[in-house]
Amino acid sequence: MRDSQRHRSGDLDSLPPAAGNGLLDRRALLGRGVLFAGAAATGVGSSLTGAAAEPLKDDPWSQTAGSISPAYERPSKYEQQRVNRILSNPNGEPRTSHARTPHHLLNGTITPNGLHFTIVHSGTPDIDPDKHRLVIHGLVRQPKLFTLETLSRYPMASITTFVECGGNSAPMFSNEAVQGTVQQIHGLCSCAEWTGVRLSTLLDECGVDPKAKWFVAEGADSLALSRSVPLTKAWDDALVALYQNGERIMPGNGYPMRLLLPAWQGNMNVKFLRRIQVSEGPAMSYYETRTYSQLLPNKKAYRFHFLNEVKSFITSPSHGMTLKGPGFYEITGIAYAATGRIAKVMVSADGGKSWAQAALQAPVIPKSFTRFRAPWNWNGSPAILQSRAWDEGGNVQPLRADFVAARGETQKPVTNPLGFPNQHYNSITSWGVDPSGQVKHVYA
Amino acid sequence: MSTRNAVLVAALLALASSTAVAAEGPNLGQPITEKEVGAWDINAMPDGTGLPPGSGTSAQGAPIYAQKCAACHGEGGKGASAGALVGNPPITGIESPKTIANFWGYSTTVFDFIRRAMPWISPRTLTNDEVYAITAYILAENKLIGPNDVMNAQTLPKVKMPNADNFIIRFPDRI
Repeated sequence: MRDSQRHRSGDLDSLPPAAGNGLLDRRALLGRGVLFAGAAATGVGSSLTGAAAEPLKDDPWSQTAGSISPAYERPSKYEQQRVNRILSNPNGEPRTSHARTPHHLLNGTITPNGLHFTIVHSGTPDIDPDKHRLVIHGLVRQPKLFTLETLSRYPMASITTFVECGGNSAPMFSNEAVQGTVQQIHGLCSCAEWTGVRLSTLLDECGVDPKAKWFVAEGADSLALSRSVPLTKAWDDALVALYQNGERIMPGNGYPMRLLLPAWQGNMNVKFLRRIQVSEGPAMSYYETRTYSQLLPNKKAYRFHFLNEVKSFITSPSHGMTLKGPGFYEITGIAYAATGRIAKVMVSADGGKSWAQAALQAPVIPKSFTRFRAPWNWNGSPAILQSRAWDEGGNVQPLRADFVAARGETQKPVTNPLGFPNQHYNSITSWGVDPSGQVKHVYA
Repeated sequence: MSTRNAVLVAALLALASSTAVAAEGPNLGQPITEKEVGAWDINAMPDGTGLPPGSGTSAQGAPIYAQKCAACHGEGGKGASAGALVGNPPITGIESPKTIANFWGYSTTVFDFIRRAMPWISPRTLTNDEVYAITAYILAENKLIGPNDVMNAQTLPKVKMPNADNFIIRFPDRI
């Protein structure tokens, strides 16, 4: 350890500031343990809680043998009531259903399978895996039919990647800051390790006609949801995914198989995949020409917004939390980009006036959630927390003013934090902290 | 050809053939004919490829719409629990409602989505004639075709959608 990174005083105020309003150097507290060891010795640690420790004793659970191991482990009962997805359509009305990831209650980079976001447009089909079929046909030498059993015998590949709905963060198109949590605003993205068969392997076996430039993927859901995808993505990194974080794909994520197009618009990652038609051109399906073609301020619309562009947001502290007095907090969040690895995340505590570089948790995987962390010594005065990400290609998360100038905002405030006034928002999120410690979504 | 070039060519040929073998993979897929794909083959492309035989008019579509669509989409396509199918409100901002008349780029998408996804409670139960007729009804009510126009695999792709030219391909380099 270099001496410059040692902080023996135990006083947060003695740590080198990295930016205004209490942001500390990202290396100050990482893996050193020096600060808190020192803090305890000088009494700063106890001052954070304001209470003297009582003598330790065994609790009841330490005095008796525990419960039987379940065949399939579930989270602690203390977590089950608290850590859940928000459901947009809990009674199953005949419309789309969204289940949003509680980013503020998670840490790390992998979304647990039960908390991975899902969107189903006509409910989740109950598919018998032994009867499910995937057919590849169209502009191929030999159309072929695959069962789950035959696909399971193929060489497999694993890709850790995020999936993000094109409408994630859409409430931030509102002209006034919608009062919503990070789960409500940004909960339609998640990250998992997906394992399956490379689509290129299957297409090669069918023999793709050189005229073909696209394929149309279709699900076995009641809408037979269909999306057109350029073949370039198939040759690059597309999977027919069978596994999600090591186990078979969850029903809402496409069981028994889904198309996985790493980091491309979520809706294109067709679930319950049953048919791939190789074609010269796109089908111009409902979801690509209507729902996921977003309007621009000049009244034209983007079509084929394949990429989820570089983005980050702070997951803690975030809207709805209350800080328990001045002192140390870790500012943490996630960053990701369809265009490669995250290269840098900057964090601000003064609404963008000054910025400090956040630490990126290793390994930094392309097209995957990257966890960033920045130490912060809150002095109790108003603060506005922001993050801004860069990818390895030099793409930068746009500032809100620039984004709104290019992509527009609503004419009236959005009041529904689960609403979709537009798509593909990737600008900066601001969380305002007031002197009482309450954190609220603001624009800055 | 020099000896050196001949060796190089031989090496490249060997490489090419080994690549071809590798690309074949386990070959566990069961060969199937396009005819056997049959009922699943429901993509209607913008140039009309994939549109089935059959035809329908707005007059034929009106009673089918009333019976099978109006419960959710409202009388005359004005919208109810599900979105409006008829109406041409001007696009005034990024959150303006997108309708068939003010936004959709292709008439074939109307046919395709009805055929694949509707009615909600019993998708893919309409005959092709019924899908053509409902499509004709919706297009006629939106004044995108004449009241007596017949929709079929030849006429439908020719219907001009007013907003067709207002789209920008966001990532053309990825195609």
